[in-house]
Amino acid sequence: MGDFVSNLSLGFGVALSLQNLGLAFLGCLVGTLIGVLPGVGPIATIAMLLPITFGLDPVGALIMLAGIYYGAQYGGSTTAILVNIPGEATSVVTALDGHQMARQGRAGVALGIAAIGSFFAGTVATLVIAALGAPLTKLALVFGSAEYFSLMVMGLVFAVVLARGSILKAIAMILVGVLLSTVGTDLETGRERMTFGLSFLSDGIDFAVLAMGIFGIAEIMRNLESTEARDIVHKAIGRLLPNKDDFKQSYWAVIRGTVIGAILGILPGNGAVLGPFASYTVEKKIAKDPRRFGRGAIEGVAGPESANNAGAQTSFIPLLTLGIPPNAVMALMVGAMTIHGIVPGPQVMTKNPNLFWGMIASMWVGNLMLLVINLPLVGMWVRLLKVPYRLMFPAILMFCAIGIYSINSLPTDVIFIALFGLVGYLLIKFGFEPAPMLLGFVLGKLMEENLRRALIFSRGSLSTFIERPVSAGLLAVAVLLLVLALLPSIRKGRDEVFTE
Amino acid sequence: MKKIVLGLAALGLAVSAAQAQTYPQRPITMIVPFAAGGPTDVIARIVGDHMSRTLGQQIVIENVAGAGGTTGITRAAQSQPDGYTIMMGHMGTHGAAPALYPSLKYDPTKDFAPIGLAAGTPIIIVAKKDFPAKDLKGFVDYMKANGEKVNMAHAGVGSVSHMTGIFFSSVIKTKPTMVTYRGTGPALNDLMANSVDYMTDQIVNVAPQIQGGTIKAFAIATPERSPALPNLPTTKEAGLDGFEVSAWNAVFAPKGTSPEIVKKLNDALVKALDDENTKKRLLDLGGVIPTGAERTPAALQKLVESEVARWTPVLKAAGATAE
Repeated sequence: MGDFVSNLSLGFGVALSLQNLGLAFLGCLVGTLIGVLPGVGPIATIAMLLPITFGLDPVGALIMLAGIYYGAQYGGSTTAILVNIPGEATSVVTALDGHQMARQGRAGVALGIAAIGSFFAGTVATLVIAALGAPLTKLALVFGSAEYFSLMVMGLVFAVVLARGSILKAIAMILVGVLLSTVGTDLETGRERMTFGLSFLSDGIDFAVLAMGIFGIAEIMRNLESTEARDIVHKAIGRLLPNKDDFKQSYWAVIRGTVIGAILGILPGNGAVLGPFASYTVEKKIAKDPRRFGRGAIEGVAGPESANNAGAQTSFIPLLTLGIPPNAVMALMVGAMTIHGIVPGPQVMTKNPNLFWGMIASMWVGNLMLLVINLPLVGMWVRLLKVPYRLMFPAILMFCAIGIYSINSLPTDVIFIALFGLVGYLLIKFGFEPAPMLLGFVLGKLMEENLRRALIFSRGSLSTFIERPVSAGLLAVAVLLLVLALLPSIRKGRDEVFTE
Repeated sequence: MKKIVLGLAALGLAVSAAQAQTYPQRPITMIVPFAAGGPTDVIARIVGDHMSRTLGQQIVIENVAGAGGTTGITRAAQSQPDGYTIMMGHMGTHGAAPALYPSLKYDPTKDFAPIGLAAGTPIIIVAKKDFPAKDLKGFVDYMKANGEKVNMAHAGVGSVSHMTGIFFSSVIKTKPTMVTYRGTGPALNDLMANSVDYMTDQIVNVAPQIQGGTIKAFAIATPERSPALPNLPTTKEAGLDGFEVSAWNAVFAPKGTSPEIVKKLNDALVKALDDENTKKRLLDLGGVIPTGAERTPAALQKLVESEVARWTPVLKAAGATAE
């Protein structure tokens, strides 16, 4: 405990220096901005800003880059709520209820609860990292390929339960997503699959391309259909601070979301993407009236947003303690650290305590700043989005095109968002939900990879998934969920919910 | 007509000569064929940073990832040979690619104007902490005795760990079971969790875990020990001949770039490699800095030719292709 306090005070000593405060602020501001702009993600931004950090000292540089990362998480939810474009896999769920709230004139409350929930989650996650960072990494090592596969199976079952409308359509969409994820080079053999000999497909379909097309471009097309359906813009944003009832409805969701997100964030296989989905499913399952979900339920924003931010923060644990990046942004952080001569790994904590604890303390400082930046600025972001459609749509399209191009510098990616936009539009028209497809896509890749690897380890024996206790437990939960979802009585209730 | 063509050609020559004299007048794009943050990207950024100062124009890194780096190199090879698009190639894109990608759109030995070798990162043989061998000899014996029962991790077809792993197997004549990961990170995680047996990878990726004692290292595949891991014997010291390999990175320009521009770029590169600060940053990564004779464009051309000749039979024999 004494260690804990002295470590944290060392960290705050570093984080609260004038220079580092300034850098954290700058990072958060840039992060929020790129999060709000659809299409320009944290990966592209951090990659572009990497050379600028050459002149800074390593701690300051990393504090700024980390600020961009979680700033983008905050900003991403703003766009998800206001224009229904999730920039990152983790804000897909926020768009479901958040955008509905916005349509009902409660955009302010949705943004407010997202910011407050995120701040709470960020505070808890910071404490978790400080107190348990080192011991928690053992959890990461328990997760082998078999466990990951079972976790992904559970995630897909979540997706079925999570979907609105016909269960058949949901399963179909998930399978399409999984199928799309198999396009590209086969991981084991290196042969190309379903690429039609097109070289730009040899690395598969990029998540950002799919998400931006299916959600962003399709949303714009849907909005163009009717002149009066200017949902975000004509309605007032409403008050920002949630009232007592809102708090009462959401505070448990925030706590549950934080716990779920923090745990999943620690897993090295990018478990953080599952956090918001898991939180949303839990909230919907235990809600007295699940019908409200998908129609602007505040818990549906509060829980996933908290899970998202908690996960974003705890995903630093594998990086800082094992030296293993759990996702693309963290891989970039590894690059940033090595450029500054710090090799991330188990020895960072002892060799560079300034950096380690300084970064952790700066996360909390950053979260506080984001709360301060975001709540008063929400009005400004909204005004930005209040620009007339004839100006806003071309601007969004332009940002999407620039953002996509900046990731891999491939013109075909830009063409692909147009194609997926068309597909997304047709899906909406035919009553298919795009969210399960996106989840199927994200999890499909990981699932295939881990399934095949687990089978290589077991030399082809399928029983490996049941013999390993953690894996068996996860599969059991998945089966249980599926049974619950398919049970006649519940199913009847479900159909009632969705027939209108 | 003929006169016009000749005139235009002469004009073109005059313009390109003038261009070479005033080069560079605008920022230079350096295509890195891998995602930002990896070893090649980090080396490109460190070297490019110093080269920018010498040349008086910014070198902008553009990451064009895909197909084991061949997407980016194909694009760079097809760009204007005016010195404003250069690239950081490496062992894979300019050595192993012809064997791995039968329909490769460039020839590493013919389609480039080599600038110079930047820095290499040595390969280390690492294994899980519980691996039942104390040294390289014990490891090789165990591998031979257990054949397919041993699991080798690698970071995907065409990655450095994949190529060097195959090379290692061919040197000691065993056939382990190959387990594919998407990147070095997850592979390292499984090594630390004791669920996969061994891997051969670049020092920059594995040194922290070796120093942290979470994985075991048997040998480094260079002629000299590395200052980053002074206690680790070389493969030769540990009694294994024929396994010396490091993942080299080198700057290339497209074929047809004028000799003046090549010289300017090579001078800037050499100056960067002599700079104390740049040197220190590369050494901190465990990098090996090329010596005087290795830094010329001619030496790089020779290296590419010998690498293509070395990798093609090894990879073909292992049946490794990526198409």
